[in-house]
Amino acid sequence: MSLLAVKDLCKRFGGLQAVGNVSFTVAPGSIKALIGPNGAGKTTLFNLIFGSLLPDSGQVWFDGKQTDGWKPHQVAAAGMARTFQHIRLFPKMSAWENIAVGRHVHSRAGFLASMLGLPWTQREQRAVREKALEIMRFLGVAELADVEGISLAYGQQRIVELGRALACEPKLLLLDEPAAGLNMRETSEMAKLIARIRDTGVTVLLVEHDMTLVMNISDEVLVLSYGEKIADDKPLAIQKHPEVIKVYLGEDDA
Amino acid sequence: MARRRNLPIVVLALAVIAVHLLAAAAGKPQYLTQLTMAGYYSLVIVGLTLLMGYTGQISLGHAGFFAIGGYTSGLLCTYNLHASSGRALVSLLHAAGLLVAGQDLYGAEILVVRPWVACVVALLVTIAIAYLVGKPVLKLRGHYLAMATLGFGTIVYKVVLGSSLVGAADGISDIPAFPLFAGLAVTGKSALRTQNYYLAWGLVLGAMALLTNLIHSRVGRALRAIHGAEDAADAMGVDTARYKLSMFVLSAGLAALGGVFLTHYNGGIGPSEASIMKSVRYVAIVAVGGMANLWGALIMGVLLNFLSLRGSFGSFDDAVFGLILLAIMLFAPDGLLRAEFVRRLPGLRRVFGQKAEP
Repeated sequence: MSLLAVKDLCKRFGGLQAVGNVSFTVAPGSIKALIGPNGAGKTTLFNLIFGSLLPDSGQVWFDGKQTDGWKPHQVAAAGMARTFQHIRLFPKMSAWENIAVGRHVHSRAGFLASMLGLPWTQREQRAVREKALEIMRFLGVAELADVEGISLAYGQQRIVELGRALACEPKLLLLDEPAAGLNMRETSEMAKLIARIRDTGVTVLLVEHDMTLVMNISDEVLVLSYGEKIADDKPLAIQKHPEVIKVYLGEDDA
Repeated sequence: MARRRNLPIVVLALAVIAVHLLAAAAGKPQYLTQLTMAGYYSLVIVGLTLLMGYTGQISLGHAGFFAIGGYTSGLLCTYNLHASSGRALVSLLHAAGLLVAGQDLYGAEILVVRPWVACVVALLVTIAIAYLVGKPVLKLRGHYLAMATLGFGTIVYKVVLGSSLVGAADGISDIPAFPLFAGLAVTGKSALRTQNYYLAWGLVLGAMALLTNLIHSRVGRALRAIHGAEDAADAMGVDTARYKLSMFVLSAGLAALGGVFLTHYNGGIGPSEASIMKSVRYVAIVAVGGMANLWGALIMGVLLNFLSLRGSFGSFDDAVFGLILLAIMLFAPDGLLRAEFVRRLPGLRRVFGQKAEP
């Protein structure tokens, strides 16, 4: 059984077919990469899967439930988490608080209980903070706990954003260009980190332009071009796929 | 941590007592009257601070909620049902003890709603209206939300100004005292001045205790996350629409509570309470207090409302608040109590800075 199954997903923006009849599955415990030239529809596909956009047609099945048409917060509650291509940290909250927001679906204090400061809400608060700090230690950035989001260096922001998504304890983690803007050393660290996350049992679907990262850690690679799927295979097979080479690698040389 | 959070509440309680003793010692007990009124306005301001400063949703219509609360309670407490006392509904309400009979100044029979019933109804009406207005309007962002809430505020103002039922331009007067317990009543009678001062500030203290708890909770973090990056908050499982609406309704409820109590305290309410300039004033005070700074907003709110009620700004009252808003936006968009020069004073920063703590 696949954890995520996308069936005939379509999305048009006016005259532009952003995603056309895309179908694929992601096996539990695997890393799947989504690649393609700029404008291929990768981020649109992410937004369709996460509920940030409504598909024109097609279905999304996640963990046995049909989730297309759900709102992002419902998808998140079902066990999916994501990062953003352009980092979306909460700028005026400290790093650990950013990560603590990721615990939202795993805690339950509402308006009334919070205002009254009931003892169980305070216990819950302490547990949330403990968990956030634990994640920061896992990511090796524990010393940044009290730094405001806006004051973090770019690479640190990427890590904290990843930590925030991990705090959701997702079954499926969507990473939108996790290595964008990172230097080579940071990129290779990010690759190791993603592999470690997969090893903890989290399934990963990622969009990435860095081919070394993609080929090193992915179990499967899906290639999009102009919104359509042109290949979906193991990394080695993808590298030899004639159509992939044509649209993806060969265009500049032609 | 929890103890440190309670410290400002204790300091505020002591300050409330100290101000009373100072006013008494200085022979200026009349100051307590303006401070009582400023206390009720503070309820609007602290609610609006959570909505604007923490959740990032502006409202230029909060004077409307204040007025709906005050007017509803005032109308119910003064509308004479004596002529329709034969009607089934009125008799039923009377039998249920929700009405109170009496005589007016000229000896005519009157039958009106009991103040506590009126208070509860006023709060429920305001909450219902805030829900109905907030539900569609909070889908808007930034300027659009500001304009839509401005539209709501304008409607409330024009309705109370144009309805003879609520006295049109004269407003409602001769609103009875609101008896609470043990001889305490919300009333402007000078014999009860001190008690009313403590009542108002007791409410403010209660609101501050609840709201500081809220800020440092899971909900508070979700609200600040909405302010910081709404799509990311959504992706973390925060039902952003529901949280924004709940906060909007909560702040409207606090505004209405202030409106109800101030109306009974003053014994009347007029359309100026619903005016746009009042809404602008509330926004200006939240801004000058530092937006996401509950204590800053409270302090600036009391200070500015007190001066305004003492008449220190003369006929330039509204102009002063406009000027404050202009100056703050230009020179200290983070508020006076947060500006760089305060940051250099560690003591002050510890008191006013709203660094979140566990």
